[in-house]
Amino acid sequence: MTNSSWTPGVVPGRLPAEAYALNFADLHPPLDPHEAAVAADRCYFCHDAPCITACPTSIDIPLFIRQISTGTPEAAARTIFEQNILGGMCARVCPTETLCEEACVREAAEGKPVEIGRLQRYATDTLMKAGVHPFTRGPATGKRVAVVGAGPAGLSCAHRLAMLGHDVTIVEAKEKPGGLNEYGIASYKTVEGFAQAEVAWLMQIGGIELRNGVALGRDVTLDELADSYDAVFLGIGLPGAYDIAGVAGNGIGSAVEFIRTLRQSTDLSGLPIGRNVVVIGGGMTAIDAAVQSRLLGAENVAVVYRRGRERMAASPYEQELAASKGVRLVFNAQPVAAHHGADGALEAVEFAYVADTPEGLRETGETIRLPADQVHVAIGQWLEPLGDALADVELDGTKLAVFEGGKVAPFGNVWAGGDCAAGGEDLTVTAVAEGRDAAMSIHAALSAA
Amino acid sequence: MADLRTEFAGIASPNPFWLASAPPTDKAYNVVRAFRAGWGGVVWKTLGEEGPPVVNVNGPRYGAVWGADRRLLGLNNIELITDRPLEVNLREIKEVKRDWPDRAMVVSLMVPCEEQAWKAILPLVEETGADGIELNFGCPHGMSERGMGSAVGQVPEYIEMVTRWCKQTTRMPVIVKLTPNITDIRKPARAAKAGGADAVSLINTINSITSVDLDSFAPEPTIDGKGSHGGYCGPAVKPIALSMVSEIARDAETAGMPISGIGGVTTWRDAAEFLTLGAGNVQVCTAAMTYGFKVVQEMISGLSEWMDRKGFASVAEVSGRAVPNVTDWQHLNLNYVTKARIDQDLCIKCGRCYAACEDTSHQAIAMKPGRVFEVIDAECVACNLCVNVCPVEDCITMERLAPGSVDPRTGRTVQPDYANWTTHPNNPAATAAE
Repeated sequence: MTNSSWTPGVVPGRLPAEAYALNFADLHPPLDPHEAAVAADRCYFCHDAPCITACPTSIDIPLFIRQISTGTPEAAARTIFEQNILGGMCARVCPTETLCEEACVREAAEGKPVEIGRLQRYATDTLMKAGVHPFTRGPATGKRVAVVGAGPAGLSCAHRLAMLGHDVTIVEAKEKPGGLNEYGIASYKTVEGFAQAEVAWLMQIGGIELRNGVALGRDVTLDELADSYDAVFLGIGLPGAYDIAGVAGNGIGSAVEFIRTLRQSTDLSGLPIGRNVVVIGGGMTAIDAAVQSRLLGAENVAVVYRRGRERMAASPYEQELAASKGVRLVFNAQPVAAHHGADGALEAVEFAYVADTPEGLRETGETIRLPADQVHVAIGQWLEPLGDALADVELDGTKLAVFEGGKVAPFGNVWAGGDCAAGGEDLTVTAVAEGRDAAMSIHAALSAA
Repeated sequence: MADLRTEFAGIASPNPFWLASAPPTDKAYNVVRAFRAGWGGVVWKTLGEEGPPVVNVNGPRYGAVWGADRRLLGLNNIELITDRPLEVNLREIKEVKRDWPDRAMVVSLMVPCEEQAWKAILPLVEETGADGIELNFGCPHGMSERGMGSAVGQVPEYIEMVTRWCKQTTRMPVIVKLTPNITDIRKPARAAKAGGADAVSLINTINSITSVDLDSFAPEPTIDGKGSHGGYCGPAVKPIALSMVSEIARDAETAGMPISGIGGVTTWRDAAEFLTLGAGNVQVCTAAMTYGFKVVQEMISGLSEWMDRKGFASVAEVSGRAVPNVTDWQHLNLNYVTKARIDQDLCIKCGRCYAACEDTSHQAIAMKPGRVFEVIDAECVACNLCVNVCPVEDCITMERLAPGSVDPRTGRTVQPDYANWTTHPNNPAATAAE
């Protein structure tokens, strides 16, 4: 190790070699059987349980927890996978503190919910480690469906369609399937190549052909797909990251790109990271980028969000995680300029303090200059790079407008779901739900035809 | 602090907490540890007749039933009486009693149902200076196959006969330990009294199989692929024991006979309940086997505090206090009308009350938007199931309808006077109230 946290600039290897494995280990280690039994015993098996309502995929949580507590985690896993085929990933990445666990009645009773996420992981890990795929395909329908994008929405849709007997072709622009599970989630939430293992496990259903490196617009058009397949599902995510006008140049990049590089890196000590890192944004991506910057050895990491803490999309839990890793959270400030030195290297970012008023954000006139060698911009993503490929599709705001069952207009046989589709939060679990529901809608349409 | 000293069947002890005849009282080492921890007395584990001692199985001898968080709720055992030589036990009993003169030392006995056998062992026990004997007519496994234990306890005539032999032979108080594996507990209790017993103790353990191994298809505990019923004890058996104790306490033939209450006593509260239903003291085993001898300290402090709060100066004042309130169903007041009430501030919205009532009872709880659960008085029969399944203590309570108000379920005005089934018009055998 030649560098340290104090080395100026953007450099690799700030930490001793052994620190990387430690820093990027599982954030929540899996429950062992005893821990799972103790955690499961706390579930009250509520009637019409609030946790089920709070889950975008409506997993029967009390039932699967009861199945764990009676010593049948494999049955519990099946209960989970029936609703959410990516239940293994969701157990790792769901913001349970704002979903099922927030709704848990023991949160009301004692301020300590049943550890639903970790129990879900216990169940799904048990079955997946055994290499068991719990579903089989229905009788072949002879129908062919194209799924664009092998992210959570596309995989969920493809699996459900395959189960129902349809033949599915997934086209995926990147070299690997998984979407944000593979390229976008913080490393410590999905260790040991889980995203790829999960896809391989999911594909055991059969009837799904995966074609990597095939990009919509470049290699195939939507019209071609709609013409040559009985139905098409768009699960393309939001491929473009917004950037900030006036804040550009050396050292400034998208947080999504930073995380993607990190996730694909086989040697984290080789990844350059700034001594002073600034992340701009208020969502999970901002937190993931900031925390991982610290874990790579950055000395100072700040997340700067233009609104107040209460408006932050990242949950209080995520905020606390960031704070516990030494990330500074700065609120009510928006970037106005990037300052580069004579050598062209980024030196600082200037922010204007803003008040969140009913008329919108208003600069207060006061500014703050944060030293920065590296900036990760995490202010959101959009469809932009696919603009031409989707020129015909009706939009709702900046996303694809979806109608009953997830259909997009003006096509008669194209559906969409996940982050690219309007409505719902941009969460893995929401994408899974939308993909699954679109599959059911496609199935109904194909069965009627 | 309330005075917990008790005199039971003439035997004094500093508190009403005795260790029951069981593995914890099999030798001096354990008993001395128990006395150090504060136990008021012990019933030494059952002695058999002179000669080669019994042998125990060499595989597992306990099985269990657990509640949430693997809390032990029920325990069963297939252990026999002491497997140590008689003279070793007698020597240790004598030494311990000599060293701990203020503690109750009662010796449990089980010998063949022959007069000579009993008359032979009694002087040996008497010589130890023990305070009393307990006749083990309860052990339901192993020894019962040899005509002892519950095999005797299930035949009132034998109980009376053996009790009489003992009373004729020894100066020591005789406590008869009863088996619950019978249909009417009053019969063996009456037989004990007829034989001259100074007291009864109950319950001994209940015939049980705690579980079945679903791989080997053998009952637990399993010995080389086979299992035998054992004796069940622990918190799970307390309700059965309380009922049996109360039956003896309120039976005209046995009323006033000292009762040592046994069966699932785990906390001071359990002990207090046994006392109020007529017990003069309690015996404990499973709680000690689960948590160690130290549990007696909570029992002592808890009972004492409660007695202080209630203004009871002695255990005798507590004993039997609830017995007059144990009655037959036919005497329960049918004009006592209650309705469930849900405290919305305490409710955590789990909906278990709703599921229980809607699926298995009277559809008397409404589930309203926002998961607000409310009792429908017009349907509520006051069954108490919602109270029992609610995970929050005191969230659901049963509130009495004031006399003069109308019960929305029946449309009838609640009457202030007492009326029971014996006078109810629907009862074909009703006698008109004058």
